[in-house]
Amino acid sequence: MNFGIHPLLLVTFSPLVGVLVILFLKSQQKKAIRWTALATALVTFAISLWVLAQFQPGTADMQLELRVPWLRLDGLAIDFYMGVDGLSILMVLLTALLTPIAILSTWSAVEDRVKGFMIFFLLLEVGMTGVFLALDLVLFYVFWEFTLIPMYFLIGIWGGERRIYAAVKFFLFTMAGSLLMLLAILVIGFQTGTFAWSDLLAKRELFAAAQTWFFLAFGLAFAIKVPMFPLHTWLPDAHVEAPTAGSVILAGVLLKMGAYGFLRFNLPLFPEATVKFAPYLAILAIIGIIYGAAVSYAQKDMKKLVAYSSVSHLGFVVLGTFALTTQSVSGSVLQMVNHGLSTGALFLIVGMLYERRHTREMSAFGGVWKVVPVMGALMLVVTLSSMGLPGLNGFVGEFTILLGSFGSRVLGSPWFAGVATLGVILAAVYLLVMFEKVFLGPVKVEANLALKDLSVREIFTLVPLLILIFWIGLYPQPFFNLINPSVENLVSMVSSTLLAVH
Amino acid sequence: MTQADFFSILPIITILLWALALLVADLWIPKERKSMTALLAAVGLAVGVGLSLSQVGQTALTFKGMLMLDNFAVFLNIIFLVSGILAIALSYDYLKRMGIERGEYYVLLIFSIAGMMLLSQAYNLIVVFLAIEFLSIPLYILAGFARPRLESEEAALKYFLLGTFSSGFLLYGIALIFGATKSTGLEGIMAALSANEANLVLFIAGAALMLVGFGFKVAAVPFHEWAPDVYQGSPTPASAFMAVAVKAAGFAVLLRIFLTAFPTLAQQLMPVAWGVAALTMLVGNVLAINQTNLKRLLAYSSIAHAGYLLMAFVSASNPAHTGQAVSAMLYYLVAYGLTTFGAWAVVVSLEQAEGKGLELEDYAGVGQKYPWLGVAMLVFMLSLSGIPLTIGFWGKFFLFRTAVEAGFTSLALVGLFTSLVSVFYYLRVVVYMFMRPGEPRVRRDGWLSLVAVGAAVAVVLLSVLPSRLLDMAAQAVLRLQ
Repeated sequence: MNFGIHPLLLVTFSPLVGVLVILFLKSQQKKAIRWTALATALVTFAISLWVLAQFQPGTADMQLELRVPWLRLDGLAIDFYMGVDGLSILMVLLTALLTPIAILSTWSAVEDRVKGFMIFFLLLEVGMTGVFLALDLVLFYVFWEFTLIPMYFLIGIWGGERRIYAAVKFFLFTMAGSLLMLLAILVIGFQTGTFAWSDLLAKRELFAAAQTWFFLAFGLAFAIKVPMFPLHTWLPDAHVEAPTAGSVILAGVLLKMGAYGFLRFNLPLFPEATVKFAPYLAILAIIGIIYGAAVSYAQKDMKKLVAYSSVSHLGFVVLGTFALTTQSVSGSVLQMVNHGLSTGALFLIVGMLYERRHTREMSAFGGVWKVVPVMGALMLVVTLSSMGLPGLNGFVGEFTILLGSFGSRVLGSPWFAGVATLGVILAAVYLLVMFEKVFLGPVKVEANLALKDLSVREIFTLVPLLILIFWIGLYPQPFFNLINPSVENLVSMVSSTLLAVH
Repeated sequence: MTQADFFSILPIITILLWALALLVADLWIPKERKSMTALLAAVGLAVGVGLSLSQVGQTALTFKGMLMLDNFAVFLNIIFLVSGILAIALSYDYLKRMGIERGEYYVLLIFSIAGMMLLSQAYNLIVVFLAIEFLSIPLYILAGFARPRLESEEAALKYFLLGTFSSGFLLYGIALIFGATKSTGLEGIMAALSANEANLVLFIAGAALMLVGFGFKVAAVPFHEWAPDVYQGSPTPASAFMAVAVKAAGFAVLLRIFLTAFPTLAQQLMPVAWGVAALTMLVGNVLAINQTNLKRLLAYSSIAHAGYLLMAFVSASNPAHTGQAVSAMLYYLVAYGLTTFGAWAVVVSLEQAEGKGLELEDYAGVGQKYPWLGVAMLVFMLSLSGIPLTIGFWGKFFLFRTAVEAGFTSLALVGLFTSLVSVFYYLRVVVYMFMRPGEPRVRRDGWLSLVAVGAAVAVVLLSVLPSRLLDMAAQAVLRLQ
């Protein structure tokens, strides 16, 4: 069963079918547009599960490879080259899962220009999936840049008050990073005559001499996207101004593109430079962890708080990546998923509160658990998951990262993990403070007495996330089974150069 | 005139005769049916395209070494002819609407195209000069075609004065080169150079003066000052034509002369060209940031793109990558031309009488009220800034790649950073169209929409399948010595 089309093509481009259908609907048919978008996203999710079914967990090899020549010109060979391995399979699934959830969350939140919204949303899904599957540097760059356009519109048209500023800032920041990456791609292509990831791995010596520069050029693009301190300033603006669904995707998937880029390209292609820069990046990651947490604590606006908490949480991912042990890197990959689930859920709940009261100030709430018990209970679980309570997903990811980083030879000191652990405690502080201010205590503001509890639709948007939060928290082994072989392979590749260095 | 001579300029002769016949026939076409003239002119140009296509693959030195027919010339001739057809499509409704519809407009346009075609085939400096005058004089008139509007008259006068001034430089340069090499034919010049009979001081001075002359034509910094005023004042379709076709013609002759005849000089002039290219990208893009008038914005953007094209010129000075640089430039010209015509078509459809409807504020709400037009303009803006899934991305990709491979990574870096700057002002147009509410007034005209939407579709589709076009550009490389 493969419908005559390669599964990876199908999972990447199936949202385009929905786009095409929506194009022919009238903009007044909001219901039809929403249902089409949701159905398309669900079908795409089903296809991603089908890809998972064909995926062999036991091997580190690239699977389901698709490679056709795209462009040939005197010495230039650009391929349409896609493949999936343990690093990308979960990212693809996460993208396919979060998109229908985000679409469902817009049912009542987006009333204006629904047609455009759904078109951009589905195009965004194409771009994101493409980024995770592309194995040709040029193809990767094309998808990478393409994701900017729909997100730019989602923020710029359907965002909050300062949406235009936030959208332009988002676009320019990301673009600034990727231009140097483009230059590096061109130089690498010139030196090796290929842009294909697997060929580049084999011909690594050809560009090994200049790998410091390449590492920095790629790294800048990815670090801006993650975002790493001090390149994070676009993130709070983008998050606060973006519509809820946009925030969910932004935090859930777009940021992961940066972390994924490090894993896919920087580590295997420039291993010596990776080892050289790892401690510095780890320090930046730890600054990000502490700084993000501290700034989160100071926020009065819930959405800003969650936005800054992303800076902190992604710090763990970067730390794990550059600790370069199998455990820490696996933890990073899993934590990418975890952050997508729990922060996605946090943004959804904050969005639900905003829809009801049109404010996100924590002082406008207080004691609402009594009024909206279902929302309160779900929020509690999500909060605990985000701060890393054992038994929930956040704990598994962060604990694995910290454990792995503790014994890291590349970092060479347990202090990295030690200081980062503070971040876990700080996360508990700012998240619980938010929960307390909003949900606990007596009802202070009268308007909150009339709050409606979650509708069935809203529960449906949260339940899949909660199931996964518990699943990963209680029995993460199936996920690690998917991740581990590729990670082991990646780490052994990098550490073999480490041996050579020492 | 031998048969080979005749066939090598058949497309030029055909459209010239057609234009002359049209000039006479126009007398009998009643005033309210001047669109007839437009259609006939377009047909003539289409015939020219057909004849040019039949010349593909031929290489011939004709008229005793005065003209050269090769794929390079044919490729560019087709660009000029198609630009002419697109310009007519933009003018069709515009001239009527602005009350300046006269049959001479189309005839002048064809004359100018004939001059450009002659220029792309010129193999003798005298022919180069004649062809440049031949293409420029009709354009001076076209710039002033919206008289008695003051801006249009100003544009015509400014263009004329600066144009003749630059012609002076060119002519002086040609004279010096003739003095240095005792020849105006490229073959004679090459022979004199390779026999070491040339006076190098005179020769370099002459080449530098010619570079100045061409710099004016393609609006490279610091010879760019005329462009924004002229583009703003001229009738908009004529501006579009200038922004694409004149630029292409300028680059055609620049490449032809400097790469074929002065290959040794290319290396010595390289640092100057490097500086001019970097400066052009920088100044064009930075000055565009502050523009609120769309015509001026596109004018500065066209200056910036001249800088990117010059990057290919610089790369071509590396003998190992000359062919690659030329094909990258031809590809970029097509990408730029297609995108620019589309963008100008959108400008034409929003323009109102008396130069109204050209400010950024007038674009507010276009994306919501006229989604097709808005999306088309979005595609053009993305393409001009070089973002993937548009042909502009591949244009820049090949250009930067050539620069990197020819050893000018620093210039590619300048190009990359200036394109980041350009994203800012191109996105501003998008912001106004899609993110600000407004009541835009849009002229709906079949031909305009066809150009805008057709160009947008082509810009996207050619980006998914870029290789065919690139193959053609690669085959069109200059015949080098």
